[in-house]
Amino acid sequence: MNELPDAPPLVNRRTLLTYAVSAPVLTVAAGFAANLATPGTAHALPLPLTPPDSVDYYDVGDSIVQTSLPTMPLVSLTVGTDGRVKLDLPRLESGTGIATAVGMMVAEEMDVALSSVDVTAADARPELVFNQITGGSSGIRCFAAAMPLMAAAARARLINAAAQQWGLSPSTLWVVAGVVFAPDGRNAAYGELTALAATLPLPVNVTPKPASQYKVIGKRATRLDALDIVTGRKKYTMDQAVPNAKPTMLRMPTQIRGTVVRVNNLGTVKAMPGVIDVVVVPTGGSIVPNPPGVAVMAETFGQAWTAANALDVTWGDGPLKGQSNDTIQATLKAAILPLAVPPLGALTVEGEFQFAAATHAPLEVECAIADVRADSAEIWAGLQTPIVCQQSIAADLGLPQNKVKVHVVPSGGSFGRRLFWDPVQVAAQVSRLTGRPCKLMYHRANDVRHTRLRPPQYHKVRATLLLGQVISFEQRIAAVRLDARHGFGEMFSAAAGSAPASVQQSVGNLAYEEVFFKTMVASPYNFGVGTKVLTPVPLDMNTVSYRSVHIQPARSVEEIIVDEIAKKLNKDPVAFRLEYLRLERARAVLRAVAAAANWGKAMPAGFAQGCAVHQESRSFTACIVEIDCRVPTDARVTKATIAIDVGSPINPSGIEAQMQGALAESISLVLTAGLHIKDGLPLEGSYSQYHFARMKHYPKDVQVIIMPANGGAIGGLGEVGLSASSGAIANAYARATGTRPRSFPLNFPIDFTPFPPGALPDPVVVPIAA
Amino acid sequence: MSTQTFNVNGQAVNVDAPDDMALLWVLRDKLGITGPKYGCGINVCKACTCHVNGKAVTACSTRVVDVKGLNVTTIEGLATGTKLHPVQQAWLDHDVAQCGFCQPGQIMAAVDLLRRTRNPTDEDIDAIQNVCRCGTYGRIRQAIKAAAAMMP
Repeated sequence: MNELPDAPPLVNRRTLLTYAVSAPVLTVAAGFAANLATPGTAHALPLPLTPPDSVDYYDVGDSIVQTSLPTMPLVSLTVGTDGRVKLDLPRLESGTGIATAVGMMVAEEMDVALSSVDVTAADARPELVFNQITGGSSGIRCFAAAMPLMAAAARARLINAAAQQWGLSPSTLWVVAGVVFAPDGRNAAYGELTALAATLPLPVNVTPKPASQYKVIGKRATRLDALDIVTGRKKYTMDQAVPNAKPTMLRMPTQIRGTVVRVNNLGTVKAMPGVIDVVVVPTGGSIVPNPPGVAVMAETFGQAWTAANALDVTWGDGPLKGQSNDTIQATLKAAILPLAVPPLGALTVEGEFQFAAATHAPLEVECAIADVRADSAEIWAGLQTPIVCQQSIAADLGLPQNKVKVHVVPSGGSFGRRLFWDPVQVAAQVSRLTGRPCKLMYHRANDVRHTRLRPPQYHKVRATLLLGQVISFEQRIAAVRLDARHGFGEMFSAAAGSAPASVQQSVGNLAYEEVFFKTMVASPYNFGVGTKVLTPVPLDMNTVSYRSVHIQPARSVEEIIVDEIAKKLNKDPVAFRLEYLRLERARAVLRAVAAAANWGKAMPAGFAQGCAVHQESRSFTACIVEIDCRVPTDARVTKATIAIDVGSPINPSGIEAQMQGALAESISLVLTAGLHIKDGLPLEGSYSQYHFARMKHYPKDVQVIIMPANGGAIGGLGEVGLSASSGAIANAYARATGTRPRSFPLNFPIDFTPFPPGALPDPVVVPIAA
Repeated sequence: MSTQTFNVNGQAVNVDAPDDMALLWVLRDKLGITGPKYGCGINVCKACTCHVNGKAVTACSTRVVDVKGLNVTTIEGLATGTKLHPVQQAWLDHDVAQCGFCQPGQIMAAVDLLRRTRNPTDEDIDAIQNVCRCGTYGRIRQAIKAAAAMMP
């Protein structure tokens, strides 16, 4: 295999095709400002005119695009002598479809079939600096800005190789399905040309295809890994065949971040069948502290689990001792900053809202493989920030950074969870302590209770109306402090966020948290004086960004209040929104769903429609759902109509999938999925207790309308789908039940017997049916 | 430790394991068959769904001694040679998967359903308990219906 561009300019070029090092990126960087979406406020607007939101000009995705571009030429795009094109993608494929979508960009510009493109997960590559973080719905935005130029340059170079071989002008040649053709009939496949191509100079003045010539982009494509998935061949972290890596499970404390005081029966447990070693894993580590526990390494996970259950451990309290959902919500409520505009009697619409903690709960639990030696270490895990993980583990182990090899493994879901690398820290400690490669997997109960959570939140909102117009909309949010010490995926920003390491809420973390909030959370409406203010509350809880971070709660609350304003003004919720939305693209998606869903149709008692609209990461979406609330405690969404405008669609199948998945997540977060924290520990410990939607909860009638390409800058997709569907579900629930939704999830009983704190459930045995 | 004898995907295996070890760990940790996934360990998420003598079981909650002499089929053994099972083909046709982690279990549950019920109703499909955290339920429903039409 011949390597195309995979190294800085000074590295040995013998086998490298270094076409992309500067020209394409300079072009992109120069054109970057033009790629930013501009707010369209020119249409007739209701009074008062609201200034455009700063997020319209610059959002968190822009910051990641901007900081990723300088190192894009280092991303490896290679053509093998077998003609296969390989992209070593520095992003985590966790199900969002990014690998397929970027592969489509490569196939498009190189004129090869998508089936000839392999997209692999790049190891941690610190030379990429800010260009190896997966988050902020920024992946496609980053690669749309660079990959067409890089792939077009690779194609040009392969054509130049053929031209040189045949003594023809490159401009007379063309490519069909990875084969270069000449007018005289001669032809050569990419695989035959790649060796020569790698010796040729950089092509200049390469121009990607105009959209009008697209053959791949914009057409439905099946995921590149679909066949591996349906045949069971796809290998996740725990499926990696790392020699001698031994199954390891943890017992974890009775409270979040509790301590291990002592193990009372170490010898007994070490002697149990299959057990190899038992070690105490204290908290510690650079950047962020890992959760503590007692690790059992065994020949099988079954034996590790049995032995972990047999441990007799004396646990110490954690920092949330005595805290429960009620006390946390009271603390948050007390931290809410006052609203600035005084209540004006009947002319206000107000609400106070609370959101319980939620857990990401990807099907693949927290896990990692670590092989720590005296002078080196090797890691396998699903990681959204592999560079800072590598730096952190190197620091923990006292190794030079380049002695820690970090392999990124596509993960079984993430939803923000794998922005941190806690299981890697634990696995590395266990490997160091036991002197063996460690294959660490959390039990689901630990995964729910001792993972990083979506912070609980409390919101207070007041909208003020004057002469039938909304003149102010104030939203105050208090949330348990969000851990953002991963920074922008490398050590400099992570270190800035985590200094001093012993402090949960450092100045740097607070800065990142507020930056994320300010560059993500915006209002799509002309509501006059509009403010959204976040007050992070430094409770010592394990937290991390959850899909859409602060946006889903903040925007859902706004959409609920918008319905209540419309009701107070005796206006139809869709018509009211169309009157107040700032941007035409937002109005367009709302009109699309209103027409497709037959908005306003008569519904039987106990049923209702609900609508909401949202913009995020340069994409726009609206949703109308129908809900069956004849039994309010078992509310079911029966139909959903969703419109999504991402500016320039890449893979319609992937776009639909993200919106469908976001709908399932909204059904869960709004109606049933939350955590009851009691005395410092979530009571929930599995999917039988944490009520994420199952098949019967997902509506049988779901339509996703993808707005046609409109020349807009490409928008993000992974997170935008939550807020409109969440708002629509809450609004439908309100209309069907005549209630005001205020506390989420709406149906939140403790309808299970919790596992004892600090314990894992015993295995269940189901006999084989005769 | 006893020798456990059963068939996996058409191959006879003899493996040393305690009688009460869950089939999941025998498959994954002793035999290196990684298609069945761990998601909960307590028969809740169904990510480890396999077939024993053609019927769905959760390998995490099945003792290895209970499959003695029986035929275990995992996702790896569902296709016939290179020919995909109609349910696998329907999964491709409908681009069902997102992260893919639950899908081996989903497919094995769907095959079991179609064996029991030639033309499953929506209510039959609603009874599937397998968790999909990515939310592919709508496509799973469509793929099951398409597969029903393709089943021999």
